[in-house]
Amino acid sequence: MKAAVIVFPGSNCDRDLAVAFERAGFDVSMVWHKDSDLPEGVDIVGVPGGFSYGDYLRCGAIAAQSPIVKAVQAHTARGGYAMGICNGFQILTETGILPGALLRNAGLKYICKTVGLQIATSDSAFTEGYNAGDVIGIPIAHHDGNYFADEETVAMLHDQDRVAFTYADNPNGSIADIAGVLSENRRVLGMMPHPERAADAGHGGTDGVALFRALAGVLTPA
Amino acid sequence: MKARVHVMLKNGVLDPQGEAVRHALGAMGFDKVEGVRQGKVIDLELAEGASEADVTAMCEKLLANTVIESYSIEMQG
Repeated sequence: MKAAVIVFPGSNCDRDLAVAFERAGFDVSMVWHKDSDLPEGVDIVGVPGGFSYGDYLRCGAIAAQSPIVKAVQAHTARGGYAMGICNGFQILTETGILPGALLRNAGLKYICKTVGLQIATSDSAFTEGYNAGDVIGIPIAHHDGNYFADEETVAMLHDQDRVAFTYADNPNGSIADIAGVLSENRRVLGMMPHPERAADAGHGGTDGVALFRALAGVLTPA
Repeated sequence: MKARVHVMLKNGVLDPQGEAVRHALGAMGFDKVEGVRQGKVIDLELAEGASEADVTAMCEKLLANTVIESYSIEMQG
């Protein structure tokens, strides 16, 4: 099982994500944003959190145009798995791989704290280690995490059971309390909270581990 | 030649920054302000022969996120 973690100038959760993948049993390659190809045989691409390109223009907008993200788009178009966390989620929406956009938090403040995250569906490789309705504790750390999509898109996400996570107590104004969404084929996840920062007892919580374990279970060669 | 691009959040998309500015203006005693929307102005220096269609393509692909933003273009000779 191979995972690739993309590294942009300004990424700061890349190593945490790599460790979370490794502990779940993945071989992890770090891939620089200027590369135009993913390593051969990659099962899942992780797009980490941080402040790619200093959040210039819009969060994720410049990163979305980088050479490696073209390769990530090709990977997901072939049905490959990917997950974007925080800035990674912003990048995946900027590319159009995932619907919607992330706006400035409604309260205008950067928020860094552990929040209650409700599992909205267990029907995905990312969430099948949880039960729908469970509330887990996962940290958020963002200034622009206010998920927005038009009414029609939100209705579609609900109809297709593509909301992965919702906030138990909405911290940032996200529409319909949405904290994470899935692609139509359910193989791409974007989420603002950081499961890789709740993956070791030293983090103060381990509720994120089940996500990486479930993913490893699905991607283990038969 | 030059072009000026205005990027604004679409109507219906909450603008928390504009709202904070409106609130501050009210607190300063400017009591006739009923709404504030904050946007961006991007000035482009263009080579001869660049067209408005080129700038439109730039807006669609990078300068604006059309999920949440609208844009307008002024071509300036």
